[in-house]
Amino acid sequence: MLMRTERHILPVLTICAAILVMWYVACIPMNAVVAETKIAAAGGGFSNVLAVSWGLDRPVIPAPHQVLTEIWNSVFLIAPWKVKSLVFHIWVTLTSTMLGFVMGTILGIGLAVAIIHSTLLNKSLMPWIIASQTIPILAIAPMIIGVLGSVGFTGLIPKSLISMYLCFFPIAIGMVKGLTSPDPMQLDLMRTYNASASQILWKLRFPAAMPFLFTSLKVAIAIALTGAIVGELPTGAQGGLGARMLAGSYYGQTIQIWAALVAASFVAASLVYAIGGMERLVNVRMGARP
Amino acid sequence: MGSFDVAQAVIEAKDLGLTFQTADGPVFALSKVDLTVEDGDFVSFIGPSGCGKTTLLRAIADLEKFTEGTLTVNSMMPEQARLARSYGYVFQAPALYPWRTVEANVGLPLEIMGIGDAASRIQRNLDLVNLSGFEKKFPWQLSGGMQQRVSIARALAFDPKLLLMDEPFGALDEIVRDKLNQQLLELWDRTKKTVVFVTHSIPEAVFLSTKIVVMSPRPGRIIDVIKTNFPRQRTLDIRETPEFLKIAQRVREGLKAGHAYED
Repeated sequence: MLMRTERHILPVLTICAAILVMWYVACIPMNAVVAETKIAAAGGGFSNVLAVSWGLDRPVIPAPHQVLTEIWNSVFLIAPWKVKSLVFHIWVTLTSTMLGFVMGTILGIGLAVAIIHSTLLNKSLMPWIIASQTIPILAIAPMIIGVLGSVGFTGLIPKSLISMYLCFFPIAIGMVKGLTSPDPMQLDLMRTYNASASQILWKLRFPAAMPFLFTSLKVAIAIALTGAIVGELPTGAQGGLGARMLAGSYYGQTIQIWAALVAASFVAASLVYAIGGMERLVNVRMGARP
Repeated sequence: MGSFDVAQAVIEAKDLGLTFQTADGPVFALSKVDLTVEDGDFVSFIGPSGCGKTTLLRAIADLEKFTEGTLTVNSMMPEQARLARSYGYVFQAPALYPWRTVEANVGLPLEIMGIGDAASRIQRNLDLVNLSGFEKKFPWQLSGGMQQRVSIARALAFDPKLLLMDEPFGALDEIVRDKLNQQLLELWDRTKKTVVFVTHSIPEAVFLSTKIVVMSPRPGRIIDVIKTNFPRQRTLDIRETPEFLKIAQRVREGLKAGHAYED
């Protein structure tokens, strides 16, 4: 574990440093429109160019330290249950992400199990499953929110349905592949035992599908988060990272938008990492070669 | 042949044929096969690839459906025999479930069939294949020969009277194969099972069998059946005896004749 971390830490830090340098450099020309007059007012000079470009109240693109300061202030200096706290918004988005992810996982696995047991379902459902993902989520999200809102569902449920809609797909596809991954001999063996379909499912197909499941889950949980954020955009929601970004863009608060963006990617990375941790635990239980 | 003799036979095939319908037309995998396997026999099917020896074994196991003639296993149709769990099957590869330990692999048929007394059955059968002490290992921690022994223990776990083995040692080197042949023979002698064994090795077939079935391809058919008369308890030394060499010669000639027919 330590070895793993050590091997990864240097390349990761190098890339991070490169991105930060490019970001700071890019701030100067990109903020020039807003900064020009202020730089002139301050008397010009290179040091003023840097100070103004990296310290604007409403920059076109905020400098990294501005984003970090905003995150620090809105995470640690405001009580987490207040609307101004970033933690509050992360929590709102996270709950609908998790609910949508759980529903999507159940739906995806359920569909995969149905599909591998019936050629009829395979032929009839598969085109619909694929077609469902060709519809742009940005187009369909407001409709889902609107329709559900008109029958009295608002807030958490519609948002998590959008997450579910996005994340069942990789799970269904991955699990169809995983559940059909046992080789013919392993299946023939079950046949010689006169095993029932459910015994084959639980004792052979599911264990064999585990690597495929975890790969799918990692993709699914990241897009479940995207789904939740997209679901917050058209609702005029009061809470959530999506609402925070939308409010930021209404009021020209670019620093706030970027803080929410960074928070969202941090949450996504943590969720994917958590799934990876679960995968390692399951691998140990299943005796995988280390 | 009287009805009494038929009842004695574990496997009885008459005029058995099996044709696969493929996109390129029918493939005659088996044609006019007559075969009797009696209780306690060790029968080997030998022949070149494509002679239908594995197909014949799979038809007996009801993993393929025969298309002509009759075939009974324990006086039942193969499907009934399979549903009655009449046989243990050992595949060309160990086909162990990699997420199960050795003991959990051997216990798999017991779980599926709901047979109690699992711990002592697992122990007894691991003893039988000389693998006590490896219960908690996972398959990847074992050598190929050990893995195949686990799969034999698994096939024996629910104590079937009949053991069907499809080239079980084909992927192993000769030294390991000799050792496992010896162990298999001891196991057969001790358990009094009936064994049907597919191989393409002449010494293996002659050493193991009470009856050698020589087969030939296109269409898959039996061209010679040779009974041997070696003592039940025998060692690899018998491979140097004139009688062994004579039988091996007859098998080789049978295989040659089968090929001449093909040309």
